[in-house]
Amino acid sequence: MTRHDRPLKLEPPAPPPALSDRALDNLRFIRQTMEAAGTFTAVSGAGITLTGIVALIATLVAGTHLESPRWLLTWMAAAPIAFSASVYHTVRKTRASKATFTTALARKLALAFFPSLVAGAVLTAVAIRAGWYPALPGMWLMMYGAAVMAGGAMSVPIVPVMGALFMGFGAIALAVPLVFAGWPPELRGVLLNSIMAAGFGGLHVLFGYLISRRYGG
Amino acid sequence: MAKRNTAASTRPPAGDVGAHGPGAGGLSSVDGHATDATPAALDRLIHERIRLGIVSALAVNDSLSFNALKSLMGTTDGNLSVHARKLEEAGYILCTKSFEGRLPKTDYALSPLGRQALERYLGHMEAIIKATRER
Repeated sequence: MTRHDRPLKLEPPAPPPALSDRALDNLRFIRQTMEAAGTFTAVSGAGITLTGIVALIATLVAGTHLESPRWLLTWMAAAPIAFSASVYHTVRKTRASKATFTTALARKLALAFFPSLVAGAVLTAVAIRAGWYPALPGMWLMMYGAAVMAGGAMSVPIVPVMGALFMGFGAIALAVPLVFAGWPPELRGVLLNSIMAAGFGGLHVLFGYLISRRYGG
Repeated sequence: MAKRNTAASTRPPAGDVGAHGPGAGGLSSVDGHATDATPAALDRLIHERIRLGIVSALAVNDSLSFNALKSLMGTTDGNLSVHARKLEEAGYILCTKSFEGRLPKTDYALSPLGRQALERYLGHMEAIIKATRER
């Protein structure tokens, strides 16, 4: 018996997935698309831009002396103002577009966004108590970036990118006190404040503009 | 009403429920919201993944721009354009073209007919699942 005479041993074809499995898969796809689309336009570019403008004003008002109460109080006051502006515009945009913003979605966003901010607040208290003022800009940028990345996972792809850049700026700011340890504190303050302006101000303005252009407001 | 396009290009991708799927012949009497819940009666126009995605995304938004839909579906300009046109020709979605400054902007919205089609499709899927479980 030659090789050609032998009967072919064909592998039995893999059974097709059950009809109900494929129907379930289709329903899952519809649900996932609806969830993704629901979060899609919820982020307001105008609100993010406004956050950046508030940060730029805070940079000018705060001065460069990191240990001064003025610097700390200015930034602590700027944070809730910027946050409120962003939330206001996001809610306005959501209502204007009649987009679905369900309680479940709000809960998911809050659960993703706030833990890093709470951790940042606790670490800020610890840093102030210990007198680690030069660590504050880097820490705030890092924690805020982590919050934006986590919250942005449920939003348009550009948002997590913005979060990652905040974290990058934060890492640079944290390195400044170590790399430039020999510099006078005033110069280090100028450098750190510039990073804060570029991060909280520049990144917000840039990404706010991009989100406005690409995602309708 | 615009002419409905149910051309061969609306064939579902492998792995989707289709008219020739297993058990297609035995599902002619399935129960569910859809009275005609047989795979053969499936709306092939929105059965294709990208078109189903477009209709689903528009169902939870008043309107979405072309770029937003493209980003959401993770597809190319040409692909989205072709699928959106098929849905538009069927009267399932409405297309509005405008200018934002000097840039042209295309927005899509789901028509009442499109919403009905999606609801009917969901009914079919639920009926298929129910019928299969009751067997």
